[in-house]
Amino acid sequence: MENSSGVRNKGMRWLYVLLIIPFIATLWIPFYGGTEPSLAGIPYFYWYQFLWVIITAIITAIVYFIVG
Amino acid sequence: MQPDWVALGVFIALFLAVTILGFVAANWRKGDLNILHEWGLGGSRFGTLVTWFLLGGDLYTAYTFVAVPGLVYGKGAIGFFAMPYTIVVYPLVFLFMPRLWAVARKHGYVTASDFVRGRYDSHALALAVAFTGILATLPYIALQLFGIEVSIAEMGVNPEIALTIAFVILAAFTFVSGLRAPALIAVVKDVMIYLLIIIMVIYIPIQLGGYGHIFAAAQAHFTAANAAAVAAGKPPVGGITLSSAGMVAFSTLALGSALALFMYPHAVTGVLASKDGHVVKRNMALLPAYSFLLGAIALLGYMAIAAGVKPDATYGANIAVPGLIHMMFPSWFAGFAFAAISIGALVPASVMSIAAANLFTRNIYKEYFRKGASPREEATTAKTASLVVKVGALAFVLIPGATAYAIYLQLLGGVWILQIFPALVFGLYTRWFNRWALLIGWAAGMIVGTYWAFQVNFAATYTFTIGGQKYAIYTALAAFIINLVIAVVLTPVFNLAKAGNGQDATASADYEQLSPVAAAVEG
Repeated sequence: MENSSGVRNKGMRWLYVLLIIPFIATLWIPFYGGTEPSLAGIPYFYWYQFLWVIITAIITAIVYFIVG
Repeated sequence: MQPDWVALGVFIALFLAVTILGFVAANWRKGDLNILHEWGLGGSRFGTLVTWFLLGGDLYTAYTFVAVPGLVYGKGAIGFFAMPYTIVVYPLVFLFMPRLWAVARKHGYVTASDFVRGRYDSHALALAVAFTGILATLPYIALQLFGIEVSIAEMGVNPEIALTIAFVILAAFTFVSGLRAPALIAVVKDVMIYLLIIIMVIYIPIQLGGYGHIFAAAQAHFTAANAAAVAAGKPPVGGITLSSAGMVAFSTLALGSALALFMYPHAVTGVLASKDGHVVKRNMALLPAYSFLLGAIALLGYMAIAAGVKPDATYGANIAVPGLIHMMFPSWFAGFAFAAISIGALVPASVMSIAAANLFTRNIYKEYFRKGASPREEATTAKTASLVVKVGALAFVLIPGATAYAIYLQLLGGVWILQIFPALVFGLYTRWFNRWALLIGWAAGMIVGTYWAFQVNFAATYTFTIGGQKYAIYTALAAFIINLVIAVVLTPVFNLAKAGNGQDATASADYEQLSPVAAAVEG
């Protein structure tokens, strides 16, 4: 149920900090600047980014379903 | 080049079908299109799915289909900054855009400028936001027109003639249907684009011997190109990994673009057209589907290298994807592909011009020229303004430096639009900033950002020397930092000088009501 704040679960708002994770993971290039290990011929630098598209969507969805 | 009549026939047929759909859209969920709120925001009743198509069609444009792979084709890994950009943008927007939706619904705001005027009680700041929104949209629309031009030219048509026709179609259906046209066509466009991309990323790698071979070919290409460039006394061209200098450029381009994206009037329009704030939040978890697509399309740049597509005499590296399509597919499928790309550019160009027209009508025309304009007059003015905006965009297509890589057009828009971030986004959380400090910060950001952009002939990054080290930083982000520092430093100064900070029309509860229960909707 939604309360007057428009957020289902106000006590869980601290979970918003989870949304910082994608920034750290994708804006700090030394985490994924190299080519190894490659996956099905795709260098690390590339498949890492595809992976983070999915992880970020999951994080955002979790935050939405728990906090609202 | 001889015109490819089969490709052209398919292309024209699809274009006609979509144009008819655009006119039919005028009758979809019928509202009075002579009222600005109906024409420009589709009546604010879009649910999750339509908003997803609309925002997706709005954000993934010729930028995705032509500009990003063009940069990857020409320079390699740096072009992939668009991935982290479209990864981090959604968590970011998840936080602040629902607040804008809520306050806009409560107070009947239709544009970012409306909000800024209400929040800061400042006509000057509201005008600055409106002006910036319109200006920044022009090169972004220019990128769309350019994308259509490149696609049609690849079928052997004189680009000037083809571009004129595309321009007329865009103008006509936007004029008649407003936001309803692109929302409906966005659905058709997405089906075409998804089909095209899936076929391309499966079929082409098989033809080229797999991704391992594609990356090896790209690596070999850049090794040779870099050696040739260095021998000629020029900087290296690029590579399939980033140089240490390239990392800073990559990160700042990604972050700057992410901060800028939802400042654009068309993105604001897409968000405000949704029927409640939860639709916005839900979409932030769903829109990354497009980011995945963007990455797949970016890889087409390397496939173009592996397939042996040569830079075009007129369009340079921007030819990567159209050239690849031409090389790999039979004519009829090429016609379908070029139609998909062109319609994919048409939809956002239409939404952008509508959004810019809304801004002009509400925040400039009504504010300064015709205070008592009737709803009907407002809608007429907006329709006319949307035409003028498209003509303005044409001017940017003609800047040679800005189309060396088409992506520079979008990045130039970012330089300007990012300067409204402090007033808009920080304004959603706090009244701490003084309105005059924000205005001066904005002006400083606009001036230095534009100056740097001209200095580097619109090439997106400017090289700063910090502590003896050289860093290439996205111009928009550098200008934004100047803007922010000035706003922060001057705020206490203005407060001390007792410069009035105006009356805030909003209350803190207004930012949190995400369901439209008690809210009255006003156009």
